[in-house]
Amino acid sequence: MKSNFNTLNLILIFLGGMALLFIVAPLLGMFLNTSSAEIIETTKDKEVQKSIWLTLSISFVSTITFAIAAIPLSYLLARRNFPAKRLVLGIIDLPIVIPHSAAGIAILGFISRDSVIGKIAAGFGLNLVGNPAGIAIAMAFVSIPFLLNAARDGFAAVPERLEKAALNLGASPARVFFTISLPLASRSIVSGLILMFARGMSEFGAVVIVAYHPMITPVLIYERFGAFGLSYARPVSVVFILVCLIFFVLLRMLVNENHKK
Amino acid sequence: MIELRHISKKYKDFTLDNISFSVDSGDYFVLLGESGAGKSLILEIIAGLIVPDKGEITLDGRNITNQKIQKRNIGLVFQDYTVFPHLTVKNNIAYPLKSRKFNKIAINRKIDELAEKTGIGHLLERRPDTLSGGELQRVALARTLALEPGCLLLDEPLASLDVQLRDGLRSLLRKINNEGITIVHVTHDYEEAIALADKVGIIHNGKIVQIGSPKEVFHKPKSKFIASFTGIKNFYNAVIKSDDIIILENKVKMEHALGKTQGSGFVMFRSEDIVISKSKIDSSMCNNFQGVVLDMIPTKRGMEVIVDIGIKISALITQKSADKYNLSQKCNVWLSIKSLAVKYIENY
Repeated sequence: MKSNFNTLNLILIFLGGMALLFIVAPLLGMFLNTSSAEIIETTKDKEVQKSIWLTLSISFVSTITFAIAAIPLSYLLARRNFPAKRLVLGIIDLPIVIPHSAAGIAILGFISRDSVIGKIAAGFGLNLVGNPAGIAIAMAFVSIPFLLNAARDGFAAVPERLEKAALNLGASPARVFFTISLPLASRSIVSGLILMFARGMSEFGAVVIVAYHPMITPVLIYERFGAFGLSYARPVSVVFILVCLIFFVLLRMLVNENHKK
Repeated sequence: MIELRHISKKYKDFTLDNISFSVDSGDYFVLLGESGAGKSLILEIIAGLIVPDKGEITLDGRNITNQKIQKRNIGLVFQDYTVFPHLTVKNNIAYPLKSRKFNKIAINRKIDELAEKTGIGHLLERRPDTLSGGELQRVALARTLALEPGCLLLDEPLASLDVQLRDGLRSLLRKINNEGITIVHVTHDYEEAIALADKVGIIHNGKIVQIGSPKEVFHKPKSKFIASFTGIKNFYNAVIKSDDIIILENKVKMEHALGKTQGSGFVMFRSEDIVISKSKIDSSMCNNFQGVVLDMIPTKRGMEVIVDIGIKISALITQKSADKYNLSQKCNVWLSIKSLAVKYIENY
C-alpha cells in the first residue's frame, strides 16, 4: 500500500513538473535569450513606451467603464432568479470560448460606420474603428467574463441574511447594495477587475481587427516580428511581460493591504 | 399592539396554518415550539422578509402586511446575530441611524446611550470577528434598539449563550420590555418562556395550539404535545371507570377527583407532585403505589427517580432527600400522589 502511494506520488510530481515546465520554459528561454542591453535599449524606444502606455491606459479605462454595468449584472445573477438565467450565464462565457479573431470581426461589424453604434459615434465626429475607443470595446468584449464571474461569486458568497438585516434596519435597497453587498463582495470584485484589466491588455486577436493603429503592445510585437523577425520582437515582449508582472503584483499587494486594514 | 390574523404561508416543504395572535403594547410574548415548528418563519413574516399567502398583520392598528421591510418599524434580532462583519461595533449601531439621516451628534449620543444600556461601551471600536457570542448578541440588540422599533422580534436570543451570559441577557430583555417595548420572542426552551413571558403561545407543526399566561399553559396544557413539550413526563392514556377510579395504560388503578364518571383521555401529573418514601405513609393522599427504582438521573433541579409501579413514573426529589433515604436502583419504594395533582385531558 505504502509502495503504491509512493509510486503514485512520483507520477503526480513528474506530471505536475512537466505542466509547470511547459509554462515556465518558453518564458525563461525568451528572457535568457534577451540581453540586458537589448532590454535597456527597448525601454528607451519611444514607440515601445507609447504603445505600453496606450495599452495600459486603454485597458484600465475599458475595465472601469464596463465594470459600471457588469457589477450590477453580477449582483442580479447572484441574487435573482429569472426565466432565462441559464441562457444569460451561457452568454456571459461566450467571449471566452469563441476565437478572438472572430470576436474582432463581430465587434468590427458592431462598431463600423454602417452600424447603429458607428453612426451615433460618427454623429459626435468619432470613428470607432482605428480608435482607442474601439480598442477599449474589443478589450472589454474578451475580458468582461472574468469580472462578471468573479463578482457574481463574490455577491453569492455574501450571506443574504445580512442584506435582510440591513433592510430591517431601515436601509433602502440601494443603501443595502452600496453599504453591505458591495463592500462584502469587494475582494472578489477587485480580483475580477484585476483579471479583466490583465486579460484586456494582453488581447491581440480581437484588437488587431478593430484597430491596427494606434498600436497597442501586443500588435507592436506582432508587427516587429512580421517586419524584422524574432530577435526584434523578443525584447519588446520581455519588456511588456515585465511591465504586466509589475502591475499585477502591485495591484495584488494593494488589494491585500486594503483588506488587511 | 401587534396582531396577526389568519396568517398562512406555504414555504418550501413547510406550511404555516392560520396563525392568529395579538400582543398588547408593552407585553412580552413568547412563542414556544420545537425546532422546525415555524417560529422563525412567523418572525420573518412579521418583519416583512417573507410575504404571507393569506392573512394580515397590523401594528398599532396600521395594516403592515404588504408594507416594505424598511418602512415597518419592526426590529428583528436574528438568531445568528447578523452583525455586519466589515463594520466596527460603533458603525453597526450607527447603521440604522444613518439610514434615517440622523446628524452626527445625535448618532454619537444614541450610540453612547445604547452601549451603556446593553453593557458594550468598551467594545465600540472592536470588529465583530473579535467578539464572543454574548457580545455579538448585545451588539445586535443595541443596533436594533437604535431603530426605536414599535415591536422587537427576538429569534432564539439566548440559545447559543452559556448559563451566566443567559441570565444577564434575560434581565436585560426584561429591562427593555419594562421600558415599554413590545417584544415577541421565539424559543424552544420553556424555562425562558416562564422566566420572561406575560403571554405564551405554543406552536406545533405550523399551528398555534395554545395561547395563555405561562401559568395557564404550563399547568393546564391542552394537548399531549404541550404536556410532553413543557417537560411533564408523567403522561398516560387513561380511562375513567367511575366517579373516583381511573385506569392508567390499562394497568394501574388510581383515585381521582375530576368530577367525571366516564370518558377516556390522558392523565398527567408533575414529577414534583410525587412523594417518595421507603414505607407506606399514613396521610391524606389516596394514591399510594409500591414500586421498584429503575433509574436515578441527576438533573439541574435535583434527582429524577424512575419507578416501575406497572407503568414507569418519574418523580423529582432533592439530592438531599435521595441521600437521606439512601435510594438506589432496584430498591423498593412507595410513591404517593394527591388526587388533586392529577390532571386529565379529554381525548376528543
